[in-house]
Amino acid sequence: MSLSRHINADEVIEKSKDHPHRKHTVHRQHHSWRRDEDSSLAPKYTMPKFGLPSKSAYQLLHDETALDGNPLLNLASFVHTWMPDDANKLIMENINKNLVDLDEYPAASIIHNRCISMLADLWKAPKEGKVIGTATAGSSEAIMLGGLAMKKRWQEARKAAGKDHYHPNIVFGANAQVALEKFARYFDVETRLVPVKPDNGFIMDPNDALQYIDENTIGVMVILGSTYTGHFEDVDLMSKLLDTLQADTGLDIPIHVDAASGGFVAPFVYPQLKWSFDIPRVVSINTSGHKFGLVYPGLGWILWRDEGFLHKDLVFELHYLGSTEYSFTLNFSKPAAPVIAQMFNFLNLGFDGYKSVATKDLRNARMLSRALESTYFEILSNIHRPIIEKTTGPLEIATHAVHNLTHNVDDPEAYEPGLPVVSFRLSSEFKKENPHVQQAWVQSMLRTKGWIVPNYNAPKGAEDIEILRVVVRETLTEDLTERLIVDILEVTESLMGSENALSVQASSKGMHQPDQEHGRPDKDNFGDGQLEGGKKQEGFARQC
Amino acid sequence: MALSKHVNADRLIQESHDKRSAHQHAGKGASDQLTYSYGARYGTTPIPKFSLASKGVSADAAYRIIHDELSLDGSTVLNLASFVHTWMPEQAEKLVQENITKNLIDSDEYPATQIIHNRCVSILADMWHAPSAKQAIGTATTGSSEAVQLGGLAMKKMWQEKRKAAGKSIHEPGPNIVMGANAQVALEKFARYFDVEARLVPVSVESKYRLDPKKAMEYVDENTIGVFIILGSTYTGHYEPVKEMSDLLDEYEAKTGYSVPIHVDGASGAFVAPFATPKLPWDFKLPRVVSINTSGHKFGLSYVGVGWIVWRDKAHLPKDLIFELHYLGSVEYSFSLNFSRPAAPILAQYFNLIHLGFEGYRAVALDDLKNARLLSRALEKSGYYTVLSDIHRAVGAKDAIGIDSADVEDYEPGLPVVAFRFSDKFQKDHPDVQQKWVQTLLRAKGWIVPNYELPPNLEQIPILRVVVRENVTEVLIDRLIGDIITITEDLASKSSSEHALNMLGTHTQVSKHEHDDSRVKEGSESSGTFARPC
Repeated sequence: MSLSRHINADEVIEKSKDHPHRKHTVHRQHHSWRRDEDSSLAPKYTMPKFGLPSKSAYQLLHDETALDGNPLLNLASFVHTWMPDDANKLIMENINKNLVDLDEYPAASIIHNRCISMLADLWKAPKEGKVIGTATAGSSEAIMLGGLAMKKRWQEARKAAGKDHYHPNIVFGANAQVALEKFARYFDVETRLVPVKPDNGFIMDPNDALQYIDENTIGVMVILGSTYTGHFEDVDLMSKLLDTLQADTGLDIPIHVDAASGGFVAPFVYPQLKWSFDIPRVVSINTSGHKFGLVYPGLGWILWRDEGFLHKDLVFELHYLGSTEYSFTLNFSKPAAPVIAQMFNFLNLGFDGYKSVATKDLRNARMLSRALESTYFEILSNIHRPIIEKTTGPLEIATHAVHNLTHNVDDPEAYEPGLPVVSFRLSSEFKKENPHVQQAWVQSMLRTKGWIVPNYNAPKGAEDIEILRVVVRETLTEDLTERLIVDILEVTESLMGSENALSVQASSKGMHQPDQEHGRPDKDNFGDGQLEGGKKQEGFARQC
Repeated sequence: MALSKHVNADRLIQESHDKRSAHQHAGKGASDQLTYSYGARYGTTPIPKFSLASKGVSADAAYRIIHDELSLDGSTVLNLASFVHTWMPEQAEKLVQENITKNLIDSDEYPATQIIHNRCVSILADMWHAPSAKQAIGTATTGSSEAVQLGGLAMKKMWQEKRKAAGKSIHEPGPNIVMGANAQVALEKFARYFDVEARLVPVSVESKYRLDPKKAMEYVDENTIGVFIILGSTYTGHYEPVKEMSDLLDEYEAKTGYSVPIHVDGASGAFVAPFATPKLPWDFKLPRVVSINTSGHKFGLSYVGVGWIVWRDKAHLPKDLIFELHYLGSVEYSFSLNFSRPAAPILAQYFNLIHLGFEGYRAVALDDLKNARLLSRALEKSGYYTVLSDIHRAVGAKDAIGIDSADVEDYEPGLPVVAFRFSDKFQKDHPDVQQKWVQTLLRAKGWIVPNYELPPNLEQIPILRVVVRENVTEVLIDRLIGDIITITEDLASKSSSEHALNMLGTHTQVSKHEHDDSRVKEGSESSGTFARPC
């Protein structure tokens, strides 16, 4: 890291101390609280020669982590942050169990298998097939496994046909989460990004995707719940187009559905929507247990519709204690507690419980959408727009909310399907009247009130558009949503006068944190996509 | 504040509500499931196993059902089969619980956690003698598997770039990687998942069941992306000779011009060697070592779910692998196979680093080794067993019998692992006694001590293995020795019921019908390595 251009804060702190090399003293057992003495002994970049009492170490870290944001008010993230007390107790009881140690912890592993069965049933896996699946650390790992299985299958088919098998590609929308592109780069697969259009809700249009597909395409990844706007990509249409393609050219292109968020929303509130294993072309689906699966971070799932879609080369045998187990994950040892927590939710909530949580999330998201839409903002997400008429073909949608109709229906199926996400930006009218206001200021001003509402660019194809986004999770109750509306309006109105503009602008630049930059690549080397010898990154990473 | 255009927020919210919304959805039916907590309605009816129940049960009942079922799991303390740590002080548990909702990747929202993550990387880089602790790059992972794969991937990309620059094909012949046949499954998994040919170097009794560097050189060529060296074989705890391998590769480079890097898989050893045997050269002191991984959840003494990988400097981490995260006005970088992941294990790791300090970790490592020596000597002295691990023997000693010294430097370095088998004499005297019955009978007493075959080439030799972790204290070792001796003698005595059990022949596995649901019938074609629990 080049520190030449700015002040090294650590150095300044070190110089300003009374006596920076205080000697370590022994007999500390008599004091339960010697925080200052103790913390001055804790080095930051090397291991201390002698340790601290566990109480002091706890207090030091407890206090330092107070600088972290409040997970409850983090509206930027899809990751769930609350579980009932009983679940917490269960997690702490099992925090030292290793999921991979199947033989020693057989009960945990049976619970894992039951979770897979329940998800298979929820996603309408064919009864005659043999569904196979695994827990993962999150959707990233799951997506990579899904992509890898498609790659192997393609490679084997090409080898069998005596054709070149070194130049695979994969097709997905430019709105994809970074994990999808990461898969492509880490596993030597060419990324083919389908640009998105504002009039299509910033998601992949299946009709546009076709031109990117050829004999080297290992599959198409369809996203159920774009992280930008919460729109669902049309899995059914993609599948039909690929059916036509197969009839014309013989190419059999499989679909992997990245349902990181939608896999735990769509089955409960949009049971009519076709997106899962009831479409034969969908070979695998992943989801995050730690998003709308309502578990703490550290849990994802992937299922294949039949074990035939998971090449045997990818499955490893574990000879252990007289039995043989099988593994197909990128991680080996991993905590069993998140899987147990997932089963807790399955039992505790049941289908109706999940349904009522999703219904409530969507209700609050609609309220927020309407409130913003009727004031200074334009809404890019669709879940508050009622479906005017249901036809058998593609659903006719209303482009503008028809207020009279919207208000009296609680059934999510009466509205456009999507995740409980509200994406919005300043209306053109507002921008005309207040040309000096930058939308990024709304983010900064909300942050001072405690809310994290990110402002970012739309994906490739529409990258000049800035979007503010709120994810409505279980913890964002109606009461908090009301507070949020009040704060957003207050902040926006305060920006309308010009006198505050300068101070806000200054604060929006963000803070320099020398401490944060250690042990990581620095911008001089990796920034701006101008990587010498490196590939230019196509998509933008989105928080998820 | 400009009041020119003010909206009444309360009225607005009122207007935005669903007019006929089901706000009072408590409804009927909800209360009758909450009448009693123990098991609720699943006390007598089967719990949903294969599909989601339409109605849930109370949190209390859900807890009770799962809690009770999990009591069928083994005891984590008595699990001597695993390297994974299972105990942390109460204060650490409190910290974990407080931070269980935090997502490590969300570095803008949780900056303090991110800073602590970076400090851990710096501390490890310093501990492993990176040229500059502040310049070294690294990341937390879910475990050593992810870390090993990232290390291998970086070496693969470096090789690809070199080949491309030289105008050579990167496909025919493709890349290969060299490792001992004693490798943990993650290493071979890397090769297969990332299309790299795994070249497994056979192990032998003479090579101490681990990689023989001279033999390894026969497998190295211009397409070798690197050599994986295991610091602490999971079979017997032997360290592989990093220095010797490095010297041989130096010679090879001088002769051929091909520079082959080393990745050290220090899953267990990288948290033992720096403390117990600080003079041993194995880490970034050797310039050929480009990356090292370890498991925070093994001898790093944290709960399961944290691994680490550190590269000696940024030149060894190809830029292709680094992803930018544009977020909230700042740019972050990511290079991992997982994205969202819990922050709590990283905080627990840092808790240990400052709570124990160098001396604390050293004390734990020395205690583990001391207890392991006690077990080794007792088994050896019983005459029933031959010990395959060497940590109780003098450095470089040829004789089978261990020594007695107060200084850890006098002993052969290695992990606190005791690998043993029936002695030749015992086998001759009792040819009908099967070693795997020791595992089964120990299990009946609560101990998990696995019995398994050595790596390919030596697979006819079954060994028993005990991992001595921090919570396997002297008193537990004491009890374990007693139980092993009793069981062995019972098996040998013709009149005992244990002996009769042994005569039943092959140990038939009880079929677990539910286990079969979510796994395949056949695995891949035989892999060169065997998976080891670790």
